Amino acid sequence: MTAGFAILALLTVASAVAAMTLRNLVHCALALAVAFAGLAAIYLQLSAQFVGFAQILVYVGAVAILIVFAILLTRSGEPVAGSVFSGSWIAGVGIAAAVFAVLTAMIRSSRGLARRIPEPPQAAVRDIGDQMMSQYVLPLEVVGLLLTAALIGAVLIAMREKDRP
Amino acid sequence: MTPLSGYLILSAMLFAIGLAGALIRRNAIMVLVGIEVMLNAANLNFIAFWRYGHNPQALTGVMFVIFSIAVAAAEAAVGLALIISIYRHYKTTDVEKINSMKG
Repeated sequence: MTAGFAILALLTVASAVAAMTLRNLVHCALALAVAFAGLAAIYLQLSAQFVGFAQILVYVGAVAILIVFAILLTRSGEPVAGSVFSGSWIAGVGIAAAVFAVLTAMIRSSRGLARRIPEPPQAAVRDIGDQMMSQYVLPLEVVGLLLTAALIGAVLIAMREKDRP
Repeated sequence: MTPLSGYLILSAMLFAIGLAGALIRRNAIMVLVGIEVMLNAANLNFIAFWRYGHNPQALTGVMFVIFSIAVAAAEAAVGLALIISIYRHYKTTDVEKINSMKG
């Protein structure tokens, strides 16, 4: 295990835990942005440059800002009385720990996992663009349609209903 | 060199953290954030398997993650719009208080 991976993994996990446990929701959103940035750095370390920068653009740039806006619009940034966790939090943590234990046991017991990293592939952005316009052109169009539908749907849902009987 | 299992265990850890957050937080926005963290854990698995796989030139894992990021962005936008709409109706985002279907 390299030092770079250890530092990035520690940063990502610590900020994800902070995002899930902090009381103030604005702090949660900031910790979440740090976790997304750590993941983007791990993608860059795995020589997936395009995905790393897309992660920074979409998650750190757009999704984190969207979450901050939702927090401000719903006045969730104000301190709440009582616990921020639900009453059955022990069951939730237990389920998550069980899922993690099962996944880790499976990973540890699988024999076929590669131990050595292959030579870095020449995954230039040009190749990604070529494939996206040839082999994956139908999924690309479907995703474009999905994003348009989501855009219209989000605006319609969040629009204030004025002329309601 | 980090073995592939290092990335897989990191991804499992992130998935468990996101699942715990989605299950135990009372604020609906934080439930959505937990789901986003789980999606990111899945993306990390795709990239790790692509990088350590036998045929990285095919770019299959990278393509899947790009489309997955697009779908996750759409999901976050619609989910947060729903939460804002629910907040306007109930004046709260506490998922334990939003318990009636029509009111």
